This record gives sequence, C-alpha cells and structure tokens, in this order.
Amino acid sequence: MLEATATAAWHRRLMLGLLLAPALIWLFALIVLPHLDLALLSFRESVAPRQYVPSLTQYRTFFVEPLYWHVFARTAILSAIATALTLLIAFPVAWTIAKLARGRMGALLFVVCLIPFWVSETVRTLGWMILLRESGVLPAFLAHLGVTHGPIELLYHDATILVGLVYTSLLFMVVPLVGSLESLDNSLIEAAYDLGSGGFAILRKIVIPHAAPGITAGCIVVFMLTLGNYLTPTLLGGKNSLWFTEQIYSQFITRFNWEQGAAFGFLLLALSTAMVWFGLKLSGQRFSDVMRRT
Amino acid sequence: MAALSSATGAPPDLEARAVIKRFGAHVAVDNLSFSVARGSFFSILGPSGCGKTTLLRMIAGFIAPDAGDIQIGGRSMAGVAPNRRPVNMVFQHLALFPMMNVGENVAFGLARRGVARAERNRKADAMLERVGLGGASGKRVDELSGGQRQRVAIARSLVLEPTLLLLDEPLGALDLKLREHMKIELKQLQSAFGTTFVYITHDQSEALVLSDHVGVMNRGHFEQLGTPQELYYAPATPFVAAFVGANNRMAGKASAVNGELVDVATSAGWQIRARRHGPVATGAAVEAFVRPEAATIARTSAELAALPGQMVHEGDVESLLFDGANSAVLVRELKSRFEFRIALPQTGRYADLKVGERISFSFDPERAACFAAPSAHA
Repeated sequence: MLEATATAAWHRRLMLGLLLAPALIWLFALIVLPHLDLALLSFRESVAPRQYVPSLTQYRTFFVEPLYWHVFARTAILSAIATALTLLIAFPVAWTIAKLARGRMGALLFVVCLIPFWVSETVRTLGWMILLRESGVLPAFLAHLGVTHGPIELLYHDATILVGLVYTSLLFMVVPLVGSLESLDNSLIEAAYDLGSGGFAILRKIVIPHAAPGITAGCIVVFMLTLGNYLTPTLLGGKNSLWFTEQIYSQFITRFNWEQGAAFGFLLLALSTAMVWFGLKLSGQRFSDVMRRT
Repeated sequence: MAALSSATGAPPDLEARAVIKRFGAHVAVDNLSFSVARGSFFSILGPSGCGKTTLLRMIAGFIAPDAGDIQIGGRSMAGVAPNRRPVNMVFQHLALFPMMNVGENVAFGLARRGVARAERNRKADAMLERVGLGGASGKRVDELSGGQRQRVAIARSLVLEPTLLLLDEPLGALDLKLREHMKIELKQLQSAFGTTFVYITHDQSEALVLSDHVGVMNRGHFEQLGTPQELYYAPATPFVAAFVGANNRMAGKASAVNGELVDVATSAGWQIRARRHGPVATGAAVEAFVRPEAATIARTSAELAALPGQMVHEGDVESLLFDGANSAVLVRELKSRFEFRIALPQTGRYADLKVGERISFSFDPERAACFAAPSAHA
C-alpha cells in the first residue's frame, strides 16, 4: 500500500519533470550557459595572441573612455523618454478599448493595434524610412503645403528614433494596460464621481492606483525592449544614433573584441535590472504582482 | 400623484416633475412625478427592468432625463454633474475603494472638497464611531465583514451631509440572516441621522419594513404610491396586489355585482366573493386576490358556520409549509383543483395537520380584492 503511493508520487514527479524538460533545457542551454561564458569572457584580457589573464580592464575602459558611458547614459535616457511617451499614447488607447468600446468594437480596435506586427520589424522600419527620408513622402508633403521651403531630412534625428521606438513598443504597453483597466469596476469610478471628484482626481486616486501593476508591467517590458533594440535606432538614427547595442555589436563584429563586447553586454543587463528595480521601488509595486499582469 | 410634503412647509428634498427617459424605443421612465418629504425614508419597489435603476441614476446625475425636471432641496438639477449634486449614493456592490483603507474611504469625499487632513480625519473617525465602527479606520476594506462594509459605504456618503442618500439595492449581495439584521440597522441609521433616504429594491419585504412611503414601479410608472400599510391592505392595482406581500391570485369573470361585493366565477369554475376595487361590470373579466392570512382554516365546515356572510370552501391539504410563525398550508380546492395558500394560526392548533387531509376554509369577502382585469397589454 505504502509502496503503491510512493510509486504514484514518483510517477507524478517524473511526469512533471518531463513536462518541464524542454523549458528547462532551453533555459539552461541557451540562456544560462552563454551568459556564464560571456561573464567569464568579460573578466579577462588578452595579453598576447591566445594568451589571456583575469582582469577588470574591460570594465575600466567603459568608465575611462567618455564615448562609451555617454552612449550608455544617452541610451538609458532616450529609452526612459520612449517608455514615458509610449505610456502617454497607449493609455488613452487602452482606456478606449477597455472602457468605451462596446462589444466587438473593442476587439476590432485591438486588432488594429496588432496589425503592424504582422509585418517584420525590418519592413516596418524601412516603411518609416520611405516616409521620412529627404526624398520621401512626408518631407515632400510638407514642402508642398509650404510648411518648409524645400524637402528636409526627417531621418537621423533623436526624435525620429523616438517615433520608431514608440511605434514598435505601443502594443506591449496597450496589452497590460487593457488588462488592468478592464478589471477596474466602473462603479468605483461612478462612486468617486458621486463623492465629488472631477476627472483628474478620479484618474489620480482611482484609475492609476488600480492600474499601477499594469502600468509598471508595460513600462518594464517597453523599457527593456527599447534598451535592447538594435534595428530601429540603427536604421532611423543612422550613424548618429549612438545606441549602446551598436557599441556592443561593433565590439563583437567589427573590432572582434569579444571581451569588451561581453563587458558591455553585462553593463546593459545591470542597467536594465537597476532601472526595473528603481521603477518598482518608485511605484511601490511588487515584482510578482507585476509579472502576473504581463 | 400624491404629494408627500411634510406639514412644516419646507420644500420636499426630492421632487420629480414629469420625468421621461427613453432608451431607443423602450421607455424606461414614463412621465413620472413624485416628491419625497425631508427626513423620510422613501422606497421605490419594482421588478427588475421596471426602470427603478434608471430613475435612481437620473437622481444621482449619471444620466440625464429626456424630459421633465428633477429638483433636490428645491433646486433644479438640470445640467448639474454628479460631483456637484447634494446627493450621495450607496452602490449595489458598495464600490468601496480597495486601494484605500477604511478611514481614507470615508474621508475621500471630504478630501475632494478640500477639507484639511486633520479635520477630515477627525470627521471620518467621528462618522465611523457613529456607525459603530470606531477604531476601524486603519483597516483594509477586505478585512471587514459584509455588514461592516455596508456601514462604511453609508458612512462614506453621510459624512458629506447630503440632502439625499440614494441606496441601490445595497442588501442584495448579503446572505439572508445578515440582510434581516441590516434592514433594522438601516432603519435605525436613517432615524438617527434624519437624512432623507431614497432606497430602491425589488424585495417587497425590505420596502415594507424600512419605508415611510413606497412607490411601486412597473413599466416606468408608479402603480401606487403610499405607506406600506396602504400598499398591503388597499392595493390600487392588480400589479400591486400581486407584487406586495403573498397573495392568492384568481382570474375569472364577475358573475354578479352587488354594490361593493362581486361574485367571481374563476376560470377553473370556482365561486368566490370579493370586495370591488374600482369599477367592475357584470360579466367582465376580473382578477381576485385573497391574502393567505385572510383565510380561516377548520377541520369541519360546522366550525366556520359561525362566520356570517362567508362562503365555506373545501379542499385537501396539498403540502405543509412549516416556517415557524409564517407557516402556511397549500390547499387543493375540491371542485376547481385551484391551489390556495392559507396561513396557519400561530397558536399551533393545526400543527398536526397531514398532507391529504380534507379541511374546510373560508375568507371574509371584505378582505378579498377584486379588480377589473388589466387590458391586453398585461
């Protein structure tokens, strides 16, 4: 009898192990192992061909060379701005889908948000280039209207990078926001209205506190996606984009300095971890609550 | 419609004048006029879909009437937003703010009015004290029981000293025992604060127990507006007779009309006698109502012979509905097979009644109501 229960328990554990195996193998082989290898790489220095010694030189270079940490700070700040802009634009969209649209209208609006993602990011970004380049659609239109004297170059500005990043990130902000706004009981809004609140007080006291986990979740996802984005800043910002992922790319690919690239990679990881932690502290949210919303 | 202004001559706290609200082709509130006197407990009673919620939301200001005017404290509310009205509402599911503690919930409205923090905390604590929740201000909303939440919701509204407190079936979500308890508590709170309460419910017992006046609402208009006693003992329409309190309802034809009394032949072929409410013509379709407690039960017809002017009927006990003081018996009338409900006397004299037993019963025709059957739309 006891044996039978023990066997059953063992079977259950085996079943669980088998079900989790693909995910665990994927996690270990493709994420943990490469990261360990990169960590080792970043803490060594080449003293002669094929000769390496443990060292902190890679990290020292980052702090000594102003270009690197300037680009690093710039990437962080622009990503934060892009996240804030995405939140500002996504909030009314999510509100419309969750609270104002009736029946199938909400689903339809959701699909409208989703449609751009049927096309690959490269194609989407190239689309922006066609619109914005000097010989493109928008400059020609502006010149035709007489807003500008002739076609102007709209690509390769920081604002252009932000436009591209916000566009790419919008859906990832809208989804968690819709989820958290849909769960907000309308009678809470009415109760606040009834008790004398105006629109702004309702937003500040009822809607935002309720949606805080969704807002934080959306911001974390968008910030990470933006920080680690390579394609959009490179294509829309051109040579001036100075995005930190480009520095990593050029260390690995152009300069073949894997040690330096690995160190940069870890610095970026540290940055996103720190920003997420800071964001959670600032909004008073718990990581587990937020992750349940994503 | 009856004016209910108090004798003091003060303007009524709530007055509706020919209020109409349509949703597409559906008329939710149909040309409704009434007034509610200061300090009274007024209930709007009706089945779901009768328009009572629409009416309440118009008073609160969440929707605007298509026509007519709503006045609160003698002031027209046309174009006044909910947050500017001297009205507060207790929502059906209370709508306490889960992101705030009890004290913050109660102080919420005061904060919106710009009352200083120390002052609003003092007021909120005093209000919680008055509703019997002293010291609970630091608690989270989900730490409270259903009844306590109810009191927080009322405190949150009353702390703003509204002219009118609207209550949207707030007892609906509570279990039966608590509901009975909260009924009494609501009544006591209302008389302690003296605030005018407008209460909507589909539960006739709530309306009867709590209210000074009740408007029975059906299809967007009031069928009757009066005290609970008037509704119960002198229903104005068949709808009120059927909706308020338990009633035996019999449809049939008026076979003879003798002054106030009508002989009714029910469609199942049973002869009864009932008092006329409104004009009834011989041969017309009628509806008769007899309250279970208006009927007297006896083991032999001889016991009932002493009651003058009453027809004696016979039947078999179909089922016994024991409920303490509210016990009743369902009797299958012998000729028509009509199922008739009779309240058992509280003496316990018929406690040994058995299913299948042959009994006699009668009722005073003065206490049975006969209405001309409502025309085809019913």
